[in-house]
Amino acid sequence: MTTALIVSQVLNGLQLGVILFLVAAGLTLVFGVMDFINLAHGVQYMLGAYLVAVSVAFTGHFGLGLVLGLLAALALGFVMEILVFRHLTRRDHLEQVLGTFGVILIVTEAVRMIFGSAPIAFPVPATLAGSVTLFPGLNYPVWRLVILGVGIAVAGLLWFLVNRTRIGMLVRAGSTHRETVSALGVDIDRLFLFVFAFGAMLAGLAGAMAGPLVSVEPTMGDRILIIAFVVIVVGGAGSIKGAFVAALLIGMVDTLGRAFVPDLLKSLVGRSAAATAGPALSSMLIYLLMAAILSVRPSGLFGGRTA
Amino acid sequence: MTHFSTRAVLAAAAVSLVSVVTASPGTAMADPVKVGFVSTLSGPSAALGVHMRDGFMLALKEMGGKLGGQPTEVIVVDDELKPDVAVTKVKALIERDKVDLIAGVVFSNVMMAISRPVLENETFIVSGNSGPSPLAGKACSPFFFAASYQNDQNHEVMGKYAQDKGYRRVVLMTPNYQAGKDAMAGFKRHFKGEVVEEIFTPLGQLDFSAELAKISAANPDAVFTFMPGGMGVNLVKQYAQAGLSGKIPFLSAFTVDETTLPATQDAALGLMSGAQWAPSIDTPQNKAFVAAFEKEYGVVPSLYAAQGYDAASLIDGALKATGGKTADKAAFGKALAAAPFTSVRGGFTFNTNGFPIQDFYVVKAVKRPDGKYATQVEAKVFEKAQDAYVENCPLK
Repeated sequence: MTTALIVSQVLNGLQLGVILFLVAAGLTLVFGVMDFINLAHGVQYMLGAYLVAVSVAFTGHFGLGLVLGLLAALALGFVMEILVFRHLTRRDHLEQVLGTFGVILIVTEAVRMIFGSAPIAFPVPATLAGSVTLFPGLNYPVWRLVILGVGIAVAGLLWFLVNRTRIGMLVRAGSTHRETVSALGVDIDRLFLFVFAFGAMLAGLAGAMAGPLVSVEPTMGDRILIIAFVVIVVGGAGSIKGAFVAALLIGMVDTLGRAFVPDLLKSLVGRSAAATAGPALSSMLIYLLMAAILSVRPSGLFGGRTA
Repeated sequence: MTHFSTRAVLAAAAVSLVSVVTASPGTAMADPVKVGFVSTLSGPSAALGVHMRDGFMLALKEMGGKLGGQPTEVIVVDDELKPDVAVTKVKALIERDKVDLIAGVVFSNVMMAISRPVLENETFIVSGNSGPSPLAGKACSPFFFAASYQNDQNHEVMGKYAQDKGYRRVVLMTPNYQAGKDAMAGFKRHFKGEVVEEIFTPLGQLDFSAELAKISAANPDAVFTFMPGGMGVNLVKQYAQAGLSGKIPFLSAFTVDETTLPATQDAALGLMSGAQWAPSIDTPQNKAFVAAFEKEYGVVPSLYAAQGYDAASLIDGALKATGGKTADKAAFGKALAAAPFTSVRGGFTFNTNGFPIQDFYVVKAVKRPDGKYATQVEAKVFEKAQDAYVENCPLK
């Protein structure tokens, strides 16, 4: 076990955490402010990857394509809110789940009809496609460093927006005292429209960040959605800080679990038993973590107290 | 409408009468052949099923919509990669639609689920991809024919290739489920060097950074992997980004092919895969097939497409031999077993268990001069190979 390996695994864990944070941030905003369960968040992540991939291919410029794609994701967020989500906010959770599940089916099928079911290419400029030597013995992919940087920047920006701006104050107030906020003359539906569209763009950004790493295909959002829900449940619904801490925690536990648990088991129970138990255990770790945290803090790490 | 004269109406009626009369000799001779085509057309692995279906349909189209000269109806169903859904739909194909045979099937868990009800009903299956080991061995059936391969073989190819190349230390990585374990067993059948590490990943894994860091640290002579569908795309992209693709040879099966190359593009260049077919195989049939497929669908065909195409050609050849009849099951089975068609892969005969005896190659991902990505034969690894289970099959 070399230092380089440990450092690179820690970086891997942080970087997975940051991706999870990007996906979960928008979800926790919507969930926290309007108490709205949006299963279609994974679809918005997928759309972000497609929109950016198409815009980059269309403009031939990565930065320009990224901006265009994200603007398109924002616009789609507005459209979806007006068409569908607006009509579900006053209903109970089951109807929200059903309604947004319908959105998943329709959007996924529409994307399949337009682009086909085969994964599509996600162009990345050559300078970002390779790896750099951080120190002797440790090469690290450039794109993963980009993700780390973007994720931390977004976390900082969100912290500033939520804690230091007027709209952030309303979001915080809305998440805990909805009736009071609306009695004070704030149009909570309008607030929701903006929060939702912004959340959709964040999901799109996460999709665009993941695009160079993973297969860009119509169902790519389904899997990430489950982990995103684990993140916001562990972090506490509606809490950006909670989402950030929980995302890093889960990214870390998942990566380090996959990296070291099978080896650890091998030294404890022998090779053959470890071969079957190791992978099973490491893929369960994040759910065990969630169960453990919820048994101590039923509303998540930062739930119920802070926004 | 008032301009229509009685004469014109009469003429039109006469023309339609004539067309009915001329059509009737063809249809009167036999019922239309009904094929139930089972494929995975939704979910993350749909690309494979779409290729296989498109290959089958292309062959049918080239034969003027007829198999064995008979009018043919193909009923395509989506198994959704769910064995229970597949069983329900296949039972409907047999009982309600009265299909003459079942063709297609991408995934082996689906094949294992449907094989029992279909084969017990003495309905033929012509597999367009899946070749599970039980059906090649103890549970073989005179009603089962694979136009593809036996599942282990593409992994065996890579093991043999690694052995021939003199690789001594290899890391194996597959998803943690039955097919992943079979892949490792297949690889090790001909590889005699050291397996440094066997890494099992959860099915559907997105991020391989932890595993790639481990591989990089172990610095083996080669990596062998089996990551079908989207997992393979994730792995190939991340393998290239980690700077491993030029350094550690990447040996794979069902990971680098024409269904994933449009997504991975340059990241996959130079990566190896085991296969019984590649677009570069130089026979007139294959050249025509590849050109026709690209013209029809705008993408380079994968081995799934080639197998779908071959499945249709096989059924066509067998129907020609029986004069379009499937009612005499012994005769139709015998006709299929003779493999009366020219496979796009070249030599193709059936073994006693209904699995092919054929050549296997190591193929490499390349960028063609026209900018499209495809696999290309690198080396022939097995000549006229049979599968490892045929001895356990009681059929002679």
